[in-house]
Amino acid sequence: MFEFKLPDLGEGIHEGEVLKWHVQPGDVVVEDAPLVEVETDKAAVTIPSPRGGKVVSTTGEIGDVVATGQVIAVIDDGQGASVTPAAAAAAPASKPAAAGRAAEEMPAGLPVEEPVKAAPAAPPARAVTQPNSTVSGRPVPAAPATRRLARELGVDLTLVPGTGPGGRVTPADVQAFLAGGAPAPAAAAATAPATATADRAVDGTTRMAAAAAASAIPFLDLEPMPDFSLQGPVEIEPLRSIRRKVARKMTTSMILVPHVAHMDDADVTALEEFRLRMKTQREGEPVGKLTLLSFVIRAITAGLRAAPAFNASLDPFREEIIYKKYYNIGFAADTGKGLVVPVIRGTDVKSIREISREIEEKAALAREGKLPLEDMQGGTFTITNVGPLGGTALIPTINYPEVAILGMGRVQEKPVVRDGQIVIRKILPLTLAFDHRVADGADAARFVGELVRNLSDPNLLLLDT
Amino acid sequence: MVMGSLNTEVEVVVIGSGPGGYVAALRLADLGKEVMIVEERERPGGVCLLEGCIPSKALINAIELSEAAKGAERLGLTFTGLKLDHVKLRAWTDGVVAQLSGGVKTLLQKRGVEIVHGRARFQDNHSLAIEGGGTIAFKQCIIATGSSLNRLPAGIDQSVWSSADALKLEEVPGTLLVVGGGYIGLELGLVYAGLGSRVSVVEFSPRLLMGADLDLVEVMVKQVTKRLNAVMTDSKVKGIEPRDGGFDVEIEHEGKTERQRYDRVLVAIGRRPNTDGIGLEHTKIVVDDKGVIETDGECRTAEPHIYAIGDVSHGPMLAHKASREGKVAAESIAGHKVEFDNRAIPAVVFTDPEISWCGLTERRAEELGVTVNVGRFPLSALGRARAIGHTEGLVKVLSEPETDLILGVGIVGPHASELIAEGALAIEMGATLADLTETIHPHPTLSEALMEAAEMAAGTAVHVFKRS
Repeated sequence: MFEFKLPDLGEGIHEGEVLKWHVQPGDVVVEDAPLVEVETDKAAVTIPSPRGGKVVSTTGEIGDVVATGQVIAVIDDGQGASVTPAAAAAAPASKPAAAGRAAEEMPAGLPVEEPVKAAPAAPPARAVTQPNSTVSGRPVPAAPATRRLARELGVDLTLVPGTGPGGRVTPADVQAFLAGGAPAPAAAAATAPATATADRAVDGTTRMAAAAAASAIPFLDLEPMPDFSLQGPVEIEPLRSIRRKVARKMTTSMILVPHVAHMDDADVTALEEFRLRMKTQREGEPVGKLTLLSFVIRAITAGLRAAPAFNASLDPFREEIIYKKYYNIGFAADTGKGLVVPVIRGTDVKSIREISREIEEKAALAREGKLPLEDMQGGTFTITNVGPLGGTALIPTINYPEVAILGMGRVQEKPVVRDGQIVIRKILPLTLAFDHRVADGADAARFVGELVRNLSDPNLLLLDT
Repeated sequence: MVMGSLNTEVEVVVIGSGPGGYVAALRLADLGKEVMIVEERERPGGVCLLEGCIPSKALINAIELSEAAKGAERLGLTFTGLKLDHVKLRAWTDGVVAQLSGGVKTLLQKRGVEIVHGRARFQDNHSLAIEGGGTIAFKQCIIATGSSLNRLPAGIDQSVWSSADALKLEEVPGTLLVVGGGYIGLELGLVYAGLGSRVSVVEFSPRLLMGADLDLVEVMVKQVTKRLNAVMTDSKVKGIEPRDGGFDVEIEHEGKTERQRYDRVLVAIGRRPNTDGIGLEHTKIVVDDKGVIETDGECRTAEPHIYAIGDVSHGPMLAHKASREGKVAAESIAGHKVEFDNRAIPAVVFTDPEISWCGLTERRAEELGVTVNVGRFPLSALGRARAIGHTEGLVKVLSEPETDLILGVGIVGPHASELIAEGALAIEMGATLADLTETIHPHPTLSEALMEAAEMAAGTAVHVFKRS
């Protein structure tokens, strides 16, 4: 028997949503054949079977969230058959719950009629000592509702100091424990979604209570949503996958980072002329589209080298600023399934052509949902270009834990004043949103000023970057 | 309802419609699951409803009324011509059972739970064969097949009564021997005593109700022996022979064997989980040597998609334990984070007076070597008990000396079965003595006794005088 645990799906990924099982219990699967498709916060992954054999069982229905390290399939590979039955038999008995039940004091034999033959007074077979019991082997004093709360939040009650009389654990104790940095997985469990089928109301209330206890921000009202269906028809879609990831990241960024937005306009008339000329001249060559974005990435990289504060991260817990000596620029891509940020690595040593080609390739992969996970990780700065879709100005939200993001609006021909004359120029509106903890307004003005200068003159771009 | 042969697929199938199975099915349906219930009996409700808790309580109520009437003379209340017609009583009891069973059926039907009649047997871990034809393929399953009465060893005549036979109330024998001094034997023995039989009880153990604390049992025994012909403890039934419409029974006590004659013999010597013959061998489900299915805290068996609840799983064979497990299993199937982590499963014996307890007993505390603080309050000191003329009884509270946490409650006396619920709540809540003593209990009621017992444990009682 082989117990297949959901493997590590990449840095920072602890769970995935089951999209599709390629096998059913009873099927025979060959090694490396597709077993299950799992969607993580970042991508959909098809996981091959590591062994050949008969599928004994699978865990997780479609839509269920499974954790890495969790056994998701048992495959009978014809080896070590004795191991699993023993483990299976031991598993139920070893759970603390079993001990909790045994601690219940109904003497064995009594609730049923007294046998004529000697009835052993011993407790049931699975009566074992409560592993985490306190005084006299009794379980932690806590009301059923508190125990339910702890279970739903993934908190081990035996670790929670009880403030009530007799050491009773209160709901507030559980929430305080959670907020106070529970040992590793508990905190994650608090925000982790329960399975898709879980009772929405109960889950929602529980998470809200946990959020309220964890945030403790004055005037912050965390209230349950009203029942919108009373007003008119609604459709409810569970928050999953990319949408949920974006929700978490943006909330974290907005709450944790004091955002400042600095705006300026770049005159890209000359750059656009140059770009379009090059594009025409090089037609037929595999240079990609030679997009404006690739020029901006090049210019930004030059700017970051001069202003390292915008290529940094701030660690609020260790109270450190980490300056990165590498330049990995992410660009927001609208994939149709949600926002994905492909990362172009080493933009300081890549040519504009290389960057342009990479943008095109990675955007295409992202749209197909096939962008490898590593191509979405390790970014140091992000650019979001809504220009092609329109918009005169935007205030982007920082892609935490980066410290700055550049928003590009639409390039438009505008009347501007040059040397006392009104002329028509191609104008690119730019907004730099940055983390005020790491940089100040003057830094941003200089950073964006330099960027605007570089973008207005292709020769400067050539010379300086 | 489906009869006969079918081949079908369903999300969840529940085997058995007793207080575990039907509660699980209803909860599952409410959680949006497609549920089917397989029941081999004609009616839903299981042993509890059809031939256990419910009919026995209907009988006991009638007997208690009659006993109360007989004992009312000292209150100036004299009944003449008091007559208990067992045929009418049987009709009443049948009516109660029919109403409740019909109610369960309606509840299931209104939720769209399909009831399949027949005996289910696992073919493999994802399908059941139904006796009489047909199969049901399922994604998840709950085994709630309950338990059956133990029979006397082979060689002893099998025409003796089981508790189910006794509940049918077909006749009132002149003399009745009850084999087994557990709660069922005592309850039914008292019913027949009330109907006019001369009832004797024989018990193998040194005393009745071995699991309950002695102080509670003693109070009850003192009362019931007045109504029973004989209570023989430490005694063994060696042989039962039918003869001339009655039974000759050999009973061994302290090395001597005596032969006694009884019109009827009722055997109430425990129950055994119904786990044989249901095809568990076609699954990985683990069963212990007593036929009990091993389960985890969510009531899952070793097959994670198959659950086992009630009498087939570990713990006391009680309806209320089965119902709670039914809810846990149903919610687990629906993906909720649940656990059967109850600390107090109340035990109730409907003798007269009643006995009930939950949580830790003194007997168990001694076995575990745990020191407990015990507060005892006699009903003789309680106004209401005096007023109703039932002062035989006591309430005790066991608490943890260091923390005052309530660990156990034991009661003997009128309505002990009702009063124990507060004790169960206190234990589940992690309540301390102060929580009980500082809660206002209505006066004059028997419920005050629990508060007073907590006062005794806390050393704050005013209604009892202790010489220093």
